[in-house]
Amino acid sequence: MSKIQSRRKFIRSITRYSLGFSLAALTGFSLGKATKSEWVWQIDPFKCTSCGRCATDCVLNPSAVKCVHAYDLCGYCDLCGGYLEPGHISRDTAAENQLCPTAAIERRFIEAPYYEYKIKEDLCIGCAKCVEGCTAFGNGSLHLQVRHNLCTNCNECAIARVCPSDAVIRVKAEVPYLIKGGFTPE
Amino acid sequence: MPEIIKTAGDSIRKNIFLLTGILLLLLFIVPGSASAQQQRFPMPEFQTGYELPDTDRPEPRAPGMEIFDLAVLVLVLAFTTWLVLKRRSRKLVFWTSVFALLYFGFYRNGCICPIGGVQNVSLALFGDGYILSLTVLAFFVIPLFVTLFAGRIFCASACPLGVIQDLVIIKPVKLPQWLQRTLGLIPFIFLGFAVLYAATGTTFIICRYDPFVGIFRMGASFSMAILGVSFLAAGIFVARPYCRFLCPYGAILRVFSIFSSRHMSITPEECINCKLCEDSCPFDAIDYPNDEKKNRATKADYRRFVFYSAAIPVLIIAGALAVSGSYKLLSKVHPDVYLANLLVEDPGMMYESDMTEIETFMASDRTLEMLVADATEVQSRFRRGGYYLGGFLGLLIGLSLTQQVTFRKRTIYEVNRGSCYSCGRCMEYCPVGKPDHPYHKEDNNNHS
Repeated sequence: MSKIQSRRKFIRSITRYSLGFSLAALTGFSLGKATKSEWVWQIDPFKCTSCGRCATDCVLNPSAVKCVHAYDLCGYCDLCGGYLEPGHISRDTAAENQLCPTAAIERRFIEAPYYEYKIKEDLCIGCAKCVEGCTAFGNGSLHLQVRHNLCTNCNECAIARVCPSDAVIRVKAEVPYLIKGGFTPE
Repeated sequence: MPEIIKTAGDSIRKNIFLLTGILLLLLFIVPGSASAQQQRFPMPEFQTGYELPDTDRPEPRAPGMEIFDLAVLVLVLAFTTWLVLKRRSRKLVFWTSVFALLYFGFYRNGCICPIGGVQNVSLALFGDGYILSLTVLAFFVIPLFVTLFAGRIFCASACPLGVIQDLVIIKPVKLPQWLQRTLGLIPFIFLGFAVLYAATGTTFIICRYDPFVGIFRMGASFSMAILGVSFLAAGIFVARPYCRFLCPYGAILRVFSIFSSRHMSITPEECINCKLCEDSCPFDAIDYPNDEKKNRATKADYRRFVFYSAAIPVLIIAGALAVSGSYKLLSKVHPDVYLANLLVEDPGMMYESDMTEIETFMASDRTLEMLVADATEVQSRFRRGGYYLGGFLGLLIGLSLTQQVTFRKRTIYEVNRGSCYSCGRCMEYCPVGKPDHPYHKEDNNNHS
């Protein structure tokens, strides 16, 4: 009996050591591919095709993806492709003229002929309708970004899974935004 | 859609004359206009002193906080280890687990967890270009090391998925052993497929079918909510159904726990075979003393054991060939393979279909050849990975067959180290070392 017991004990400890050793080896190999920095999800605005899935596929409702405005890229156009519905009746803030389904863009007169467009983030659902318009007819200053105050940083982003252009990428948490702009001459 | 673009385009063209008249001037004035050319409408020079607003950039959670999460995990594991092995208090294990549920589950929304970490580690090891974060690696490795020393402490108190199920155990039923053994294979199979799908860079199936993360976030898609609620509802009767019959990390922990150096025990000293703990475990993780005559291996059992052992290599090879051979089916989940399949089958779709994937592909500068080449590469990864997965599944089936005919003599009530979550329920029932326990009082009454 005691012989069986000690044999069992021996086998158990041998297996334990080999499990421990392989776990250590696995950790070692993984360490070679690891970095200290944390990673967060972000949208590469140059890859984004404004398909609208950010609004529908985020685990949060409304989505953690919102439209942001790179002001230094904006032309401050009166006739804004991102703000106005195609075939709008007049160029004003009336609801029927707005492209945004939730009226999340605030249009403000600055000086003739310039208008400022500002995103009201609590209304924005990240549907990218304005992004599509701005990219097609304007400078593309309106674009989508993951808002890190909202994002739960899922292990696998549900939007990344369905993004048709692989625009949702992991970026280092130290540089969490990929905001367009920087078109000012050096 | 083209119509809309046209009308808007027309109106914009009319306006362009006006705008360019003013702005063309600016273009020439501004030096380095090469970069400005990318802008259709250059930035205006405001006369009224308007200042450009800053684009708001709310920061993500401070990087140091991840270290804090890690510290919480280590503390919870260390404290529970002490509670289970030394203090032997179910009550304190319970409250620690509630704290962990609130912290890792509801406050941290269930991400990152070691269960999902399996996939990050496999993707980093086998996939190319995936960079792992040290926190994720630590989250994956630390509970495993703890298990090697003290059993499945992580399951007892630190895992929010386990704890939320632990809280709803109201009327646990005993499951027949054959059912437990069969369903118990699922975690290993799930683990194998999760590693394959992560390593090929396809998708994280564990996260995708995590039933409780929607509850932690207090918001989920309909299917996810249904999954979570039904798991909890089933958990009222079948204790911890996800842990026992699905959790892929639990499969690794089970193996590590079997060989752990120390483990929670039902009784602090010698078992007196009082049978009080018999029905205490809702997870059927207590092995009873067995009837030696009934449970002795017969000659037929020896023969079956030899037969099954000899069959293991055959099962491994057959499994490897079978899984690897079905690489086409398995790889269909990968978006590139899916799209390539569609387009190769019916090239006309490239110009007709309004599927977002196809439209995006046509708008990109990727050619069909490039797509097919990428898809073929993914498929060959599935073929290679399929050999390992199939071999693993063959080994699994072989080993579980041999287990059917091996018997171990037991004279006392013991925890099954593989299945035991170290929750400590059984410790409360054990009268050994508790003079106030009603068991002893009954004993005294009988004698008097």
